[in-house]
Amino acid sequence: MLSHEFMRNALLAGTFVALACGVCGWFVVLRGQVFAGDALSHVAFPGALAAAVAGIDVRIGLLLATVTGGVGIALVGRGALARRGGRGAGAAPADDTAIGIAFTFILGLGVFFLSRYSTSAQGASGIESAHALFGSIFGLAAGEARLAALVGLAAVAATLLIARPLLFASVAPELAGARGVPTRLLGVGFLALLGVVAAVAAQALGALLLLGLLAAPAAAAHRLSRSPAAGVALAGALAVVSMWAGLALAYAAPSLPPSTAVVAVAAMLYYGTRWLA
Amino acid sequence: MARTTTTTATPMPAEASGAHLGWNLARDVGEVVEYHFMVNALLAGAVVAVMSGVVGWLMVLRGETFAGHTLSVMAFPGSAAAALTGIPAAWGYIAFCGAGALAIGRLPAARRGTWAQESAAVGVFQALALAIGFLLVSVYGGVLGDLDSLLFGDLLGISDAQVLALGGLAIGVLSLLALLGRPLLFASVDADVAAARGVPVERLSLVFLLVLGLAVAATSQITGPLLVFALLVAPAASAQLLTSSPARGLGLSVVLGVAVAWLGLGLSYFSSYPAGFFIATVAFALYALARTIAALRRSRAVRGRVEGVLEPPPRGVIA
Repeated sequence: MLSHEFMRNALLAGTFVALACGVCGWFVVLRGQVFAGDALSHVAFPGALAAAVAGIDVRIGLLLATVTGGVGIALVGRGALARRGGRGAGAAPADDTAIGIAFTFILGLGVFFLSRYSTSAQGASGIESAHALFGSIFGLAAGEARLAALVGLAAVAATLLIARPLLFASVAPELAGARGVPTRLLGVGFLALLGVVAAVAAQALGALLLLGLLAAPAAAAHRLSRSPAAGVALAGALAVVSMWAGLALAYAAPSLPPSTAVVAVAAMLYYGTRWLA
Repeated sequence: MARTTTTTATPMPAEASGAHLGWNLARDVGEVVEYHFMVNALLAGAVVAVMSGVVGWLMVLRGETFAGHTLSVMAFPGSAAAALTGIPAAWGYIAFCGAGALAIGRLPAARRGTWAQESAAVGVFQALALAIGFLLVSVYGGVLGDLDSLLFGDLLGISDAQVLALGGLAIGVLSLLALLGRPLLFASVDADVAAARGVPVERLSLVFLLVLGLAVAATSQITGPLLVFALLVAPAASAQLLTSSPARGLGLSVVLGVAVAWLGLGLSYFSSYPAGFFIATVAFALYALARTIAALRRSRAVRGRVEGVLEPPPRGVIA
């Protein structure tokens, strides 16, 4: 399996992308921002297609769209999302509504770019949109894979760097604010970071499926361990395991798309922990 | 994975692409309704907008936006499976969205109404559904044809039978809601008090999820699974920003929904871009407008209160 170059590239990129998804995802689940993650992942689709229409590198479009989306959600949400258990905060459902309407509009823009693209490049548009929506991890070139791995690693390092104040701000926002932790800035920064993770993950898993790798290993880790350090490590490990197992499965069964396999393994792990706990 | 797709998201047929918007509105409308496919699309759009206006209003009130999005995503594997087995797409939508509603309804969060804690579970479920849909598409790519029309809807292929089926579904859903209306509203506004007064809150919330699944299944046929929110959430959220009365809110939500659907379809007819894009854009503009109006009203109310304090009270009050 490792003798194929595309497989080595996929494993290299996949490992670090999965690690970033797992580590970031742990905080996403902690902060009750799964819906925001969902919205960010959808925003990646028009980003990629807009870049394809404009003729620039798709990765730039992805990154611009998701980071702008992340900062936008953080600003519109007025920090209310940062509070855990939206029921008490009361503002979370309203935020969900605003986010939902905004990402529907942005997906609509994606359809617009898709039809622009299809008139400019006949035939290629279907494949381009399938790649944007469902990823193309087996199609990564060596340079792209190295870059994705580096970005993933940098995202993990950045998350771990802000882990302590972010944890404080997520669990007890008022107390953290009173102790001088810049909760608002952390909220915006974290969603921007999540945007970067979404952009690299979108290349590998696609805009529609990256939520699976963001939410499933992290949610499983939250069920298995209450300690933050163990939880973060476990989430990263489970995500990497899902990625490896998914890639191996997709290699063994060529008709099985790799992104489907990865998400399916992650979901099964999650349902396994639900069943155990 | 190298599938070849020929067409993308709902291109307008050749005879319509020559159309352009003139100054005479009556003539333009007349031109639109000349085509049978446009009449069907407008009828189906209206039926779906009425249904999703009512159901969406309740969904926003109950804070189940994320659950609604997940149910709408279920429509994607539903339509793929239906295309694969050769049954009408509507049945695929209804079967998968209904099954999704039952699965989500089994989560403890659905019963207690605490969605925020269980959003990860809903998210995993959603990603899995999309993954299954993609698996179906990539394994049976040739049979399924166009990925984009599965995801973003194909408005122009709506048959007479489909319009009738949508109408029947809408009547069923709306009469069920009319029957359950009062206890459901009570349970949505304050679940604890409703439960204390003997309202079967848990059962109601499962029934509502099923209704939501059906409404989403119907809306998916117009907008495609990914753009359902344009008709399900935007009109409802705008109505809730503008009025807090349930009766007026529901009415406004329905009216706005139909307006969004028809305006989107009309704009799409007179341009070469897909209807989903216009419906989503009109819906977003509507919501932005509603937010602006609500913010203006709030600031005026505050200013009114401040002025009321500063001004001397009317003489009659003191005397």
